[in-house]
Amino acid sequence: MVGLGALALGALGAAAMVVANFRPEPGSHAALAIGGPFTLTAGDGKTVTDRSFRGKWLLVYFGYTFCPDVCPTTLNDIAEALGKLGPLADKITPIFVTVDPERDTPEVMARYVKSFDPRIVGLTGSPDAIAEVAKEYRVYYRKHPTGKSPDDYLMDHSSIIYIMDPEGRYVTLVSAEQKPDQMAARLRQLITKSS
Amino acid sequence: MTSRTLAIVLALVLPLGLASGPAAHAQNAASPAIEIMSPWARATPAGAESAAAYMTMINKGPAADRLVAVSTPVAQVAELHRTVNDNGIMKMLPVAGVDLHAGAQAVFKPGGYHVMLTKLAQPLKVGQSFPMTLTFEKAGPITVTVKVQKIGAMGDAMGNMQHDMGGTKTE
Repeated sequence: MVGLGALALGALGAAAMVVANFRPEPGSHAALAIGGPFTLTAGDGKTVTDRSFRGKWLLVYFGYTFCPDVCPTTLNDIAEALGKLGPLADKITPIFVTVDPERDTPEVMARYVKSFDPRIVGLTGSPDAIAEVAKEYRVYYRKHPTGKSPDDYLMDHSSIIYIMDPEGRYVTLVSAEQKPDQMAARLRQLITKSS
Repeated sequence: MTSRTLAIVLALVLPLGLASGPAAHAQNAASPAIEIMSPWARATPAGAESAAAYMTMINKGPAADRLVAVSTPVAQVAELHRTVNDNGIMKMLPVAGVDLHAGAQAVFKPGGYHVMLTKLAQPLKVGQSFPMTLTFEKAGPITVTVKVQKIGAMGDAMGNMQHDMGGTKTE
């Protein structure tokens, strides 16, 4: 269904192929199937997929750069958690996926995430590609107009950090309201347990 | 309800009593004495066009007042907003005004009430400060100096440590 959705949405051919090849039909019982294949654009303009990150634990968080309150708090918490983990942080790649692809170009995303921690990867993509990956991660987002100009809007969005293992499988989630200490402790526990 | 939103609600209903330190006072003797403590904003990440400013407001006067408008030369638009966590979905809702009952305080902090600044004239950098005018229904305009802190700063939310740093003024 996800694969068909990607095709129907006219996502990039490569994305559709990846989806068709690696994503089993989730069916109606796959309530816990979180995450999946994606094809998005990194800050340097290069195409990356979920497979580009194999071997790393991922922290996947969705937000947008226009967000002045919640997103900077969360990204800073992630950066602090990485700092607390020391060398263990080398095993982790935090990914910030925009839910506002219209405004968040690869360049905007790259500059934004670097302000928090150079290890955070900012990803954007076509509106279809973003819709697809958000659906896979069960992330809700919606444009919320705030003025007369088409540029006057904010995004309502789920604020959850997903932890994916080095095989790209969903492990657990942490509320974006958790403090860096708690986040670091949880990651340390997961990573040391698995190695 | 999350811990952060709960903290805001509690802060809004807390009676006055612990407020101390230098702060801005409305000078008009006939109006309630509004104190604005520790106004601060986060430095903006490169590429960001918006920012948020925070502070604690205390109504030391005998009558209720209401914050109705905000303006600052550093942003074309300054609006009162509240971040709401609706079952894990973060929404920023515009707020028409913030009531400040006699003896009450209102805390603007990350994850809750904030002044949303959009269309910034230029990025906000750590160590800078800028004027911001808060207009109250009765007390009228009060201009404070907002200090720009680092991107990840949590300000007063982390423990009221700025109260003795001054940095506020009245007009």
